[in-house]
Amino acid sequence: MSQVSKDIIEIRFHGRGGQGAVIASEILAKAAIKEGMYASAFPSFGVERRGAPVSAFCRISSKPIWTHASIYEPDYVVILDQGLIRLTNVLQGMKSDGTAIINTSKSAEELGLPENTITFDATSAALKFGLGSQTSPIVNTAILGAFAKVCDVVPMNSILECIKQSVPAKREENAAAAEFAYGVVA
Amino acid sequence: MNYRDLPSMPVAAQSTESITTGDWRTIRPVLNKDLCDRCYHCWAFCPDVSVIVEEEGSFPKVDLNHCKGCGICSTECSKQAITMVREDL
Amino acid sequence: MIEASTGNYAAAQAARLAKADVVAVYPITPQTTISEYVASMVQKGEMNAEFLLMESEHSAMSALIGASTIGARTFTATSSHGLALMHEMLMWAVGARTPIVMPVAARAIGGPWNIWGDHQDAISERDTGWLQFFCENNQEVLDTILMAYRVAEDRNVMLPAMVVEDGFVLSHTVERIDIPDQEEVDAYLPKYSPEFFADTENPMRFGGLVTPDLWTEFRYRIAESHEISREKLKAAEKDFEKVFGRSYGSPVETYRCEDADAVLIAAGAVAGTAKEVADQLRMQGKKVGVARIRVFRPFPSEEIRKLVSSVPSVGVLDKSYTFGDGGAMFNEVRSAAGTLEIGSYIAGLGGRDVPPKVLIKIFNNILEKNRGTVWADLKGGDFDD
Repeated sequence: MSQVSKDIIEIRFHGRGGQGAVIASEILAKAAIKEGMYASAFPSFGVERRGAPVSAFCRISSKPIWTHASIYEPDYVVILDQGLIRLTNVLQGMKSDGTAIINTSKSAEELGLPENTITFDATSAALKFGLGSQTSPIVNTAILGAFAKVCDVVPMNSILECIKQSVPAKREENAAAAEFAYGVVA
Repeated sequence: MNYRDLPSMPVAAQSTESITTGDWRTIRPVLNKDLCDRCYHCWAFCPDVSVIVEEEGSFPKVDLNHCKGCGICSTECSKQAITMVREDL
Repeated sequence: MIEASTGNYAAAQAARLAKADVVAVYPITPQTTISEYVASMVQKGEMNAEFLLMESEHSAMSALIGASTIGARTFTATSSHGLALMHEMLMWAVGARTPIVMPVAARAIGGPWNIWGDHQDAISERDTGWLQFFCENNQEVLDTILMAYRVAEDRNVMLPAMVVEDGFVLSHTVERIDIPDQEEVDAYLPKYSPEFFADTENPMRFGGLVTPDLWTEFRYRIAESHEISREKLKAAEKDFEKVFGRSYGSPVETYRCEDADAVLIAAGAVAGTAKEVADQLRMQGKKVGVARIRVFRPFPSEEIRKLVSSVPSVGVLDKSYTFGDGGAMFNEVRSAAGTLEIGSYIAGLGGRDVPPKVLIKIFNNILEKNRGTVWADLKGGDFDD
C-alpha cells in the first residue's frame, strides 16, 4: 500500500462543463482506492452546462475520510483550460506550499501565474492521440498524467488502469495520452 | 451580503439579458461575408438569440456576450460561410 | 469487494444484493442515477427484477404498494418534489403495511428552484409512519438498505423504510466502500415472506374500508410496530456486524460524548465533518462530542433522554427548518429530553456547505450554553463575521 506522507492531500480541478474535470477527479480517487488508500471525489454540485466553468475535488488519505465539507485550501490545483484564469480565481485558497498545474502552450509568466506553476500543453497531447477535435479537445486524461508525475502519491499504473475502466471511449488512446504526459512533465 | 438586502420576493429585477454567457465559449463563429447570402438561417436556428440582424439585407452579427459557441449556426449555414474558431489561439 | 462508489451507486448495489423483485421509479435529481444504475443492471441481466418507469412518483409508490401486496420485495428512490408528490401514497404504504424500502437523496424543496441537498424533504415526511434512517457515508447507505429490508419485512414490523442519504454530498460523492458478496447477503437477508399476500389460489380482500369501529385499533397497531422495530433494528445491526463486521451504533451513534462538556446532535453526512472538528477542538482542550441520530423514526427518545441528562450542554443541528420553533430534530430532542436547556442550530440549507469553521462556532456556542435558535450560516446572521 502506498503511503500518503501528509495526513490528507486535497486537490481541486478547474475545467469547463464537458471537458471531463469531474471524471478526472473520480479516476484519481478510484486509483487511490485501488492502491488501498482512502479517497473521496465530488463535483462542485452545480447545474452543469457545457462550456461553463466547473470545479471538481479529490481527497486522498491513508486513513478513513470522515469530513463531507468542501475543499477550501487545496494542496494542488489542476486547470484544464487556460481561459478559466480570466473567469475564476483558480489559485484561491491554495496552500502556500501548494502546486498548480495548467494546460497551456504558454509559460506561467505569460499567463501571469506564479513561476512555480507547472505548465503542460495537454491540448496538443490530447490531439496527438486523437482525443476530441481541434475545436474541442478532451484533455482530462492527459492532464491527469501530468498531475501524477507532479504529485507522486498515486502510482501511475493504477491511474492508467482506472482510465481504461472509466472513460467512455478510446480507452487505449486516453491511457496513452496520460502516459505521454507523465513522461514529458518534469 | 446580508439577508436583509434580498428583495421581498424571490425575483431577479433584471431581464435574462443581464446574464452574460459568452464566457462559456471555447470556440467562436466567424462569418465569411463573401460566402454569406444573408438567408438568416443562422439567425433562425440560434438557440440563444445571439445572431443579430440589424436590418433586412444586412450581414448577420454575433452577440459575443451571449453566444456560447455551440456551433449550430455553422452547421445550419447552407453556404458554409460560418467557421468555428478556437478562442485560445 | 473494495470499490469507489457514489452514494447512489451504493444504493443501487444494495437493491441488487437484496434481490428486489419490483422496482418502480420516476427520475428526479439527485436520485436519478440510482434508477439508472438499477435499470442498467436489469437490462444486463445482473438483476432479475421487474423495472417499471412510471409517469410520476405518486404512481411509482402506488405501483410498489400493489407489488408488495402480492409478496414482492420492492424498491424505489426519490428526492425533494418527488417525495412530496408521493406523500399521499407514503401514508397508504404504512396503512397497507407494505415494507417498501426507499433511499431518499435528500434535497431542498422549492420554490424558488433549488436542486441541492438538505433534509427538508425527508424531515417533512416524519408523520407518515415510515421508518427513517439517516446515513453518514456511502458504506452506510448500502448497509442500511440491507438492514432496512430485514427490519421492515419482519412480520412484527411490516412498515416501509426510508434510507436518507444527503443529496450530492453523498449521492454524487465517490468514496471507498466494501460491496459485500451475494452469498453473504443471502445468508443475512431471508426472502420476503409476508403472512398475508394477494394470491388467486387463496382469495382475500385488501385495501377495503375501515370504519370508526376499528380505525383507532389499526393505527395503534402501527404505533406498536414502530416500538417493536426499535429492538428489531438493534438485533438486525448486531447480526449485520457478525456477518459483515460493520455496525453503526443504532439508533444514536455517540462520538467522544462520555466526558464531554458540550455535545452536538446531528444527522447525516455533516456528522462526519463534526467528528473531525470535535477531534480538532479536543486537541485545543475543549471537551466536545458528537451524537449522530441514525434512526429518526422511531425517534430514539430513551437514548436521547439519557444522553442529554449526562452532558452539561447540548445543541441540535438541523438541515431543515420547522416553521414555528426551531429545527424538527431539535424539537424532537427537546421533547424527549424534557428540558428547555438545548440550543437549536440551522445550517446547510439548499446545498450550502457546512465547513469546519461553522461547526466550530456552533460547538463554542454550545459550550457557552447559549439557547434559542441560531441560523448558523445565515449571511447577516448572528454568526456572520
